[in-house]
Amino acid sequence: MTDVLVLMEGIEKSFPGVHALSQCRFELRAGEVHALVGENGAGKSTLMKVLAGVYSKDAGRILVKGKEVEIHSPRAAQQLGISMIHQELNLMPHLTVAQNIFIGREPRSGVRVVLDDKTTNERAQQLFDMMRLKLDPRTKVADLTVAKQQMVEIAKALSFNSAVLIMDEPTAALTDTEIDELFRIVRELRDKGVGVVHISHRLEELKQISDRITVMRDGHYIDTVATQDATIDRIISMMVGRVIYESTPELPEVPSQKVVLEVKDLNRGDVIKDVSFTLKKGEILGFAGLVGAGRTEVARAIFGADPIDSGEVFVEGQKVYIRNPGDAVRHGIGYLSEDRKRYGLALKMDVESNVVLASFGKFLGALGWVNNIKTRATAKQFVEKLRIRTPGLQQKVKNLSGGNQQKVVIGKWLTADTNILIFDEPTRGIDVGAKSEIYRLLNDLAQQGKAIIMISSELPEILRMSHRVIVMCEGRITAELEIADATQETIMKYATQRGAIVLESKGNLTVADPR
Amino acid sequence: MDTNTAPIQKRSFGSLFRSDATQQILAFAGVIVLFVVFSLASPFFREVDNLIGILLATAVNAVLALGVTFVIITAGIDLSVGTVMTLSAVMSGVFITVWKLPVPLGVLAGLGTGALCGLVNGTLISRMRIPPFIATLGMMYIAKGLSLVISGLKPVYFNDTPAYATIAMGSIVGSIFPAFPIPNAVLVMFVAAIVAGLILSKTVLGRYDFAIGSNEEATRLSGVNVANWKTAIYALCGLFAGLAGVLMSARLNSAQPALGAGYELDAIAAVVIGGTSLSGGEGTILGTIIGAFVISTLSNGLRILSVPQEWQIVITGAIVIGAVYLDQLRRQKS
Repeated sequence: MTDVLVLMEGIEKSFPGVHALSQCRFELRAGEVHALVGENGAGKSTLMKVLAGVYSKDAGRILVKGKEVEIHSPRAAQQLGISMIHQELNLMPHLTVAQNIFIGREPRSGVRVVLDDKTTNERAQQLFDMMRLKLDPRTKVADLTVAKQQMVEIAKALSFNSAVLIMDEPTAALTDTEIDELFRIVRELRDKGVGVVHISHRLEELKQISDRITVMRDGHYIDTVATQDATIDRIISMMVGRVIYESTPELPEVPSQKVVLEVKDLNRGDVIKDVSFTLKKGEILGFAGLVGAGRTEVARAIFGADPIDSGEVFVEGQKVYIRNPGDAVRHGIGYLSEDRKRYGLALKMDVESNVVLASFGKFLGALGWVNNIKTRATAKQFVEKLRIRTPGLQQKVKNLSGGNQQKVVIGKWLTADTNILIFDEPTRGIDVGAKSEIYRLLNDLAQQGKAIIMISSELPEILRMSHRVIVMCEGRITAELEIADATQETIMKYATQRGAIVLESKGNLTVADPR
Repeated sequence: MDTNTAPIQKRSFGSLFRSDATQQILAFAGVIVLFVVFSLASPFFREVDNLIGILLATAVNAVLALGVTFVIITAGIDLSVGTVMTLSAVMSGVFITVWKLPVPLGVLAGLGTGALCGLVNGTLISRMRIPPFIATLGMMYIAKGLSLVISGLKPVYFNDTPAYATIAMGSIVGSIFPAFPIPNAVLVMFVAAIVAGLILSKTVLGRYDFAIGSNEEATRLSGVNVANWKTAIYALCGLFAGLAGVLMSARLNSAQPALGAGYELDAIAAVVIGGTSLSGGEGTILGTIIGAFVISTLSNGLRILSVPQEWQIVITGAIVIGAVYLDQLRRQKS
């Protein structure tokens, strides 16, 4: 029986408004590669950040090598022999590679305050030789590609010679060759007795490299299985679980066939690759995929919030050039962002101001004087129509509940006469009761002839509301499904694909190499 | 694995070159251009006395700017350096003239006052989480007020201790090489610059200075005690302000409590012209020194050409904007 390196039990962690981890459990043995999987928001990164000292747990126990410990800081974790490679790169771009790796423990010269850069560079070089990585230790991190920067993070974690190595999505930016190299290093570490935790969405990769797989869902621990005993389908079904609808799903009416929005070959760097789709009048088009799949990026690109490298957008058959949100609004496109508090509302302003925020032009008199009678009437109209619960039009928006805030944002876009609405995570942070109101609103809008794109990470929501579902993975569209063909498992399968991508173009099925 | 294709950093004369040298070259070219223009415009410009005058005029601002460089590299700012400089001068005066303590002790008092004010700044910023702009703005007023309170609103004169004035106006270099009667203040400036350069490029403090400015959160997550190091950096800035205070009062042979406010702007201007970015993570001591020379050369030349002082200020402002704009263009290209 191999030694248990780490045992986490009963771990609880909450952030304001979010119960991130409930009674979570995790066990890591020496000399194993243990994969940690789950949907967005399942709590995988959070649980490991607790272990790595970035967050402190609210409750629960952590045992390292059989001894109970408290891990209050990243340094404390390092001293216990735990190091973590984060998803977001934690590098100082202005410093060199070697300086980044040895930050906080720089080799010193005879005089303790003076640094010994020569030794720092030598040690970094030794590390790279071990990793068979061709990199000059004196290169500034800012001059490296994201892939190389990720290798630097890996090198940094390895330099601690830790007993426990946690990797959060390490292969995201790497080529196949680099991934093979990384796995070679991981296997060497495992053979030396290191315990490796590998958080990833890429299930095929995990089948290759891991010994055991732990599944989490909604902040809970679900199960741990031996990799060779588990099929990808079984893992996926553990990840999505079986969700029971509160009421019968509301089937949206069948939309018309008129195409109001067409996007062709949209490209932006590495985040949007060859995205093409159409949107019909009266349709709700669901966009499914994992965090980072590129859905928000596509929305922002169409809306003019971000520039694009190439691609065309057609509104009602006419080609349009949208270079900023103002252009988008003029063409009738509205975008309700993921983070409504940050991007959708002026929190310190009142309901009335927020409702007219996107369409002041309509309420101006001579010399730019704002016609308050008109703005009040319009705001009142939408408060009633959308059933926004507020003590008054002058109530500051930050005092409204999440659901009502979302309705104010919807009111804003309706006031601006937009016919194409992109909803990004429309019910995030909204309680169950208010959610069904938003769903009803969306259906009403679709019936009125608005065309809606609904981006959501909640699969039940996608399945309940959409006429069609587009699935994205790593910047590409991996599937376009009619609602009848869409199930949680199917969507998850296309959301986690990385190998051969299936492109559907004009009825032909082609298999393309993503590289 | 791919071979690395990124350029290898320049290492010329080790300590003083740190980041991309383009901005320093531009600033240096600026100084040369000003030199040439003013030399052609007026024969008085190139006289030895005038050149020494430029060096002397640069000294106080340059020393202030050295300290500010460290702070700006962390993406912070210190608006209090001007009045802290004055407060340090006043304390120095109190020690020497009022309490009749020996001159070296007075000098230490000046340095210590500056460092203490810097320490307070650093604590406010890193432990009480007050934004640097606000914390140092508050300190600026406090230091100014304290200068007036302690000095009783009157200048403190060093007439009884002529040794003090020699700190700035004597000439060690002149006593060894009579052909070069360079004032001590200038010597102090260059020595301080070399020390600052070594600290920035060779020591832990310098390394963490860049790290914090480049990515403070990543530095913290790497186990570095960012709060302590930030406090130390502001204290160092205060120390340089203290040194500037000693230099200035030695030059004027008095501590003038009403002076000081406004000096911080020239210091920040010097740092920025020299290529240090306000968003942190990069900067050089050499750049700061060149920036200080740009300002004083410009000032001197315009005065010789009888351009009214008001216009000098306008032109300095234009140069600061121009220098930062050029820097922005350069950054966007890379």
